[in-house]
Amino acid sequence: MYEHLETAANPQNLKRVAVDPVSRVEGHGKVTLLLDENNQVQQARLHIVEFRGFEKFIQGRPYWELPVMVQRLCGICPVSHHLAAAKAIDQLVGVDPANLPPAADKLRRLLHFGQVLQSHALHFFHLSSPDLLFGFESEIGKRSIVAVLTDYPDIGLQGVKLRKYGQEVIRMVSGKRIHGTGAIPGGMNKALNKEERDYLKQDIAQIVVWAQAALQLVTKVHTSHLPYYDDFATIRSKYLSLTKPNGALELYHGGIRVKDEQGETLVDHYDYCDYPKLIREEVRSWTYMKFPYLTSLGKSDGWYRVGPLARVNNCDFIDTPLAEAARVEFKQHGGEAMVHSTLAFHWTRMIELLHCAESIQILLDDPDLLSSDLVANGEKRYEGIGVIEAPRGTLFHHYQIDENDIVTKANLIVSTTSNNTAMNESVRQVAAKYLSGRELTEPLLNNLEVAIRAYDPCLSCATHAVGKMPLQLELVDADGKLVDKLVRHSSGEFIHGSE
Amino acid sequence: MTKPILVFGYGNPSRGDDAVSPLALDYLSDHLNLSNIELLSDFQLQIEHALDLQDRELVVFVDASVDCPDSFAFTPLTPAQDHSYTSHALSPAALLSVYQAVSKQPIPPCFLLSIQAEAFELGTGLSERCAANLQQACRFLEKLLTQPLSAIVERQSENINR
Repeated sequence: MYEHLETAANPQNLKRVAVDPVSRVEGHGKVTLLLDENNQVQQARLHIVEFRGFEKFIQGRPYWELPVMVQRLCGICPVSHHLAAAKAIDQLVGVDPANLPPAADKLRRLLHFGQVLQSHALHFFHLSSPDLLFGFESEIGKRSIVAVLTDYPDIGLQGVKLRKYGQEVIRMVSGKRIHGTGAIPGGMNKALNKEERDYLKQDIAQIVVWAQAALQLVTKVHTSHLPYYDDFATIRSKYLSLTKPNGALELYHGGIRVKDEQGETLVDHYDYCDYPKLIREEVRSWTYMKFPYLTSLGKSDGWYRVGPLARVNNCDFIDTPLAEAARVEFKQHGGEAMVHSTLAFHWTRMIELLHCAESIQILLDDPDLLSSDLVANGEKRYEGIGVIEAPRGTLFHHYQIDENDIVTKANLIVSTTSNNTAMNESVRQVAAKYLSGRELTEPLLNNLEVAIRAYDPCLSCATHAVGKMPLQLELVDADGKLVDKLVRHSSGEFIHGSE
Repeated sequence: MTKPILVFGYGNPSRGDDAVSPLALDYLSDHLNLSNIELLSDFQLQIEHALDLQDRELVVFVDASVDCPDSFAFTPLTPAQDHSYTSHALSPAALLSVYQAVSKQPIPPCFLLSIQAEAFELGTGLSERCAANLQQACRFLEKLLTQPLSAIVERQSENINR
């Protein structure tokens, strides 16, 4: 653990380096390092520089607007917010998950598998494969999907088509590419028709093959670089995720399971509607993003990780054969009950990609997808909680409404927030082990970004206007005087020592 | 059958001026004959959007821009490996590079309509200035897209700044 690097003892006498913003992650993030005169790292922090205002955006709206409105919280995982909100709103109309019509449940699962598949494909092929294929300190011109398409055209093209297929699943189920109204209170808006189902079936066998290839690639990359990949940015942590009642991997609905560093189960089959008792959030003065922790273990010991690594570590098995075989191989590689390698997020992300592809293939043969029994009804309630496993981890939506159906309280815990402590610990580990004492260069600083990217953080939202996201590195001496500056504009152009 | 003209507006309708592109598409939907024009909208440009460029004769991207010095600007696009260090999203020029690598076909004439924008807060509407810019940009686009396709494409070499 590198907790001692969260706050330096005498920050006023140290040089400051900022990586602002972190690139190839969603939104605005910033890493700051404080160095002493020998370039030894004394403090390392990941900051979130944009305040979200999610809850304010939601409060005051009628609840039935939420499945569409919450999609606008995030341009990367709108379907995850859509489904988490839908599960919460089911409760507001008196419908519990067990009472959802089978067709609605399966259509939502299909929608979710499509979302996770396209999100994992985007992260792996667009954001991470440049690091994995060309090296963490490769020249900057190599770190893009275009370079991957040039040097590894087959891999790059498969990434584009996997992503496209996931989007097509979303379009068929929800009726639109974005802002769709697939899920409605108590069910689904429409079934698949036979033509839509057959359209998706045309390509799914190929998608499974490509998902296998992606998994083989990341497995090869990881196991070819041992022990480095098992050590880089790695921390021993607890893990939180949903699982099925039988312990299988679950992405849409289940109970909460928490395992500790040794793989001992701390919490199992926990009803997520009681999450306020299980989890609290700590605020720290130097960042907008909160630090969730398990109430029973307290702030210092109760932090945990979520996402693909947590889900694959926590589950007893995966209920699709190819992904299950991959899970067994993955767990054997670690040599102990839990795999703590941060770069193993990539590996487990591709195991889940394959699981999603297999699950879509199975679901497309289910006649319930064509059923017209899509909506259940119940007695109105004033509080609803929906939890799903979004691509980046467990996502909580919690609403209270008044007698006029207006949302009076909203609370969201997004998966990136749950990984906040872990991402900071990984940043501190990389700073201490790989940067300390060395002359800082842009490729070297990319190591920090590689550590953060492994978590696939979604730091902000969907805004993206041209010119909004340059990268700036500043080196400041002990007197606060600017010694050097490197600016990377949104075009990718570098300018040294000027604005 | 793929329509020969694609207008692709990207932005988040609930993030202040980021909504300007989807709103421009709404205007076109109400004011143009869309028999030869497809309107597509998304939050951000992503790698799979390269496949939407296939078999087009003209592509116009519409985006909010804080760098645009005037109300709007209409500029031709060429592929560029600009690394698009803008989170998960791609720039239009990088998308053209992806298209080139994926399709191995010539790139259709592509333009970017940038609409000057300034505020992007979640849950807010368009700023007053951006709303005025939107009106001007919509009139420009409407006039442009009612011309014969050949006349529009001839303007590829022009760089119109207003």
